[in-house]
Amino acid sequence: MIGARVINGGTVPVRDIPVLGMEAFRAAVIEAVRDGAGLAAYFGYPLAPDGAVAPPGGGAAVAGGRTGGAPAGSAGGGTHPVRLVAVLTWPMAGGCEVVATDPGESFPALTPDCPPAHWFEREIAEQWALRPEGHPWLKPIRYHRAWRPGDAWGRPPGTEILPCVTDFFRVEGDEIHEVAVGPVHAGVIEPGHFRFQCHGEQVFHLEIALGYQHRGVERALAGGPDPRTPHLMETLAGDTTIGHSLAYAHLVEGMTGVKAPARALAIRALALELERLANHVGDLGALANDVGFLPTASYCGRLRGDFLNLSALVCGSRFGRGLVRPGGVRFDLDPARLESLKNRFEPVARDVESAVTLLWRSSSVLARFEETGRVPRETALALGLVGPAARASGVERDVRMDFPTGFYRFLQVPVALLPSGDVFARAFVRWLEIQRSEAFIRQVLAGLPEGPCQADGPVVAGSEVPLPPHLLGVSLVEGWRGEICHVAVTDGAGRFGWYKVVDPSFHNWMGLAMALRDQPISDFPLCNKSFNLSYCGHDL
Amino acid sequence: MLQVLLSRWQQGYRTMAWPEGDVVLPDRLRGRPVLRPEACRDGCDRCRQVCPTGAILGLGPTLAIDLGRCLFCGECERACAPGAIRFTNEHRLATGRREDLIVRGGPGYKLAEPLTGEVGALFARSCKIRQVSAGGCNACEADINVLGTLAFDMGRFGLQVVASPRHADAVAVTGPVPHQMKLALAKTVAATPTPRVIIAVGACAIAGGPFAGHAEVNDGAACVAPADLSIPGCPPHPLTILDGLLRLIGRMPAGR
Ligand code: SF4
Ligand code: SF4
Repeated sequence: MIGARVINGGTVPVRDIPVLGMEAFRAAVIEAVRDGAGLAAYFGYPLAPDGAVAPPGGGAAVAGGRTGGAPAGSAGGGTHPVRLVAVLTWPMAGGCEVVATDPGESFPALTPDCPPAHWFEREIAEQWALRPEGHPWLKPIRYHRAWRPGDAWGRPPGTEILPCVTDFFRVEGDEIHEVAVGPVHAGVIEPGHFRFQCHGEQVFHLEIALGYQHRGVERALAGGPDPRTPHLMETLAGDTTIGHSLAYAHLVEGMTGVKAPARALAIRALALELERLANHVGDLGALANDVGFLPTASYCGRLRGDFLNLSALVCGSRFGRGLVRPGGVRFDLDPARLESLKNRFEPVARDVESAVTLLWRSSSVLARFEETGRVPRETALALGLVGPAARASGVERDVRMDFPTGFYRFLQVPVALLPSGDVFARAFVRWLEIQRSEAFIRQVLAGLPEGPCQADGPVVAGSEVPLPPHLLGVSLVEGWRGEICHVAVTDGAGRFGWYKVVDPSFHNWMGLAMALRDQPISDFPLCNKSFNLSYCGHDL
Repeated sequence: MLQVLLSRWQQGYRTMAWPEGDVVLPDRLRGRPVLRPEACRDGCDRCRQVCPTGAILGLGPTLAIDLGRCLFCGECERACAPGAIRFTNEHRLATGRREDLIVRGGPGYKLAEPLTGEVGALFARSCKIRQVSAGGCNACEADINVLGTLAFDMGRFGLQVVASPRHADAVAVTGPVPHQMKLALAKTVAATPTPRVIIAVGACAIAGGPFAGHAEVNDGAACVAPADLSIPGCPPHPLTILDGLLRLIGRMPAGR
């Protein structure tokens, strides 16, 4: 390991991160990934002449007396050069490795030798106008102007950039046809654009183009923390409110050295597992719906809501808004509330069992799930898939087990693993995780630690408490979709010079595209649901 | 098959009795705030400092909260030592006019009125909704989706989400409408036959929500079409959404 070591939720002074030559950086990342490391984050940030992260430029005043969100097309990073940082996760070593390089305006792409870098390098090109040379498919991913002068594609300044108006991979041939879907889809679903290259029913290739949900969150986080920061965290992906706000809380606690009390850790873990239960149960219902098996579809729709209502019992919000903050949690469980939580939990768990086991007993459901949308283990590994999608392809990765933080250091959740990589595996892994989360929650509720649920004093109440300067912090959380990674770099004033968010969907959209290879196009909804990826978490 | 019947029996009947009957909402739910301007201390502006979205419009005798911008986070309530701001779990929040979303001291909050005239007659028994998701966090969408589950079952009021704008009477917008989605939203609205109504669901669609002021977004649905119904919240509770819809189509029982 030649990079700087950081544990999950830990920090490293920026000056201790080795800045390698481009070739050495390239080799280090490629070899690490080949040896089994995960590429949790790979991003750029603007570098001031003194080596610190450059303060974000061109702030536009925003309601609420804060600044942030530079005007579109303005140089957020000024004319500064850009530093590239890679965060590698080593499950066997229980920690992360951070390496950096100063690539200049173009650099040899890692992607040809390291497929998990594919999406990251497209993002780097788009955000910072750098050119990863030799990238096999260098296209924008969100369709906005770079935050520095210049453009990786040489598009003249001032020309409008329209979302997903670009070249798409095309298959040529007599009976080939192309199907285009979106951005506005048929249901109550987020926007995205899908291009299928089909031969009759058979899909040869699916290309996914996103960016419609891009609302400038990363740029707005730079310059924080401020009163809006926790809300931007909670809305990175609304169905992962707890996951992302937990990643943020761990990161700030790591930077400030503040310790959240044990009771807070327990309530946070409870909330994270309730979030997982609500989403997994909802998705199993949606999968049932997509194959026309209505009993499970309708029961699970209701049961998902019952789990959300348990979150609301804890904090007033079905999505866990306002619960997790650096230093602890905002709502305690008084004895009566704890009792009612226990009493309401069991009947829901029982009904989930009866609703979900119907799926596995119905041969018409299994016939549709099995062998559909297969992602082999080698593909899942090569693409760096995360979460249930990876575990359903036999890839043993789970932040709760590999890099435990908070309450997961005291109480483990066994990793759920299935080898077949098809829709069935992605569904059944969810069912295994449901049962294990339920068992975990029972234990948390039975032995909730006593004491306060918030650390003393203001941790980071907004603008008045800055963070230590020139630190890089890494925070990983196993959200219900998989590995959430937040990386922050503070500037000389203790502000977020850059705040990088990697939602699990960022790793997994390519997995969905691969699952569709050689499948009938009519199986797309089913495959899509089995991943259920986030558009807003990707688009930021 | 026997298993299916058995589980059907076990799962029971789950559609709520509301709106005729009552539902119990979580005690910690943050719904409509009640303000006591007389308690507001001279020279204090703690609530304004902590508010993430600039939703506190005035202080002292003019103390007011714009629920269109509010995320219902309760930070202002925590910050206000004399207790001039208190959030209740009153879930009825939807209004017809944007300006009715401003809460001040004293009683009174003007909830949405039923549509009148031709649209009122047309939509009272059947209102089909095309939903457009435009740049939010997908929680508002989730709480709209939930209205189709058997717990809420909005179909019993003639409300239904449809796939094509051509079949729709209403467009329900969520999200702050990023530049990337403005054209798609405008085209969807244009493809919806008139008479039609526009519904803004959530803080994002009303005023930009947590993303208000970002250069990447247009601070809500009004950049394409003004809303006939605004449903505040981040996200609004499903019952808040359904309450607003029922008021709009005139299906809310009198006195509720
Ligand atoms: S509850 Fe509303 S008004 Fe109060 S601080 Fe939060 S967003 Fe601002
Ligand atoms: S209003 Fe709040 S909950 Fe709704 S989409 Fe916007 S951020 Fe999400």
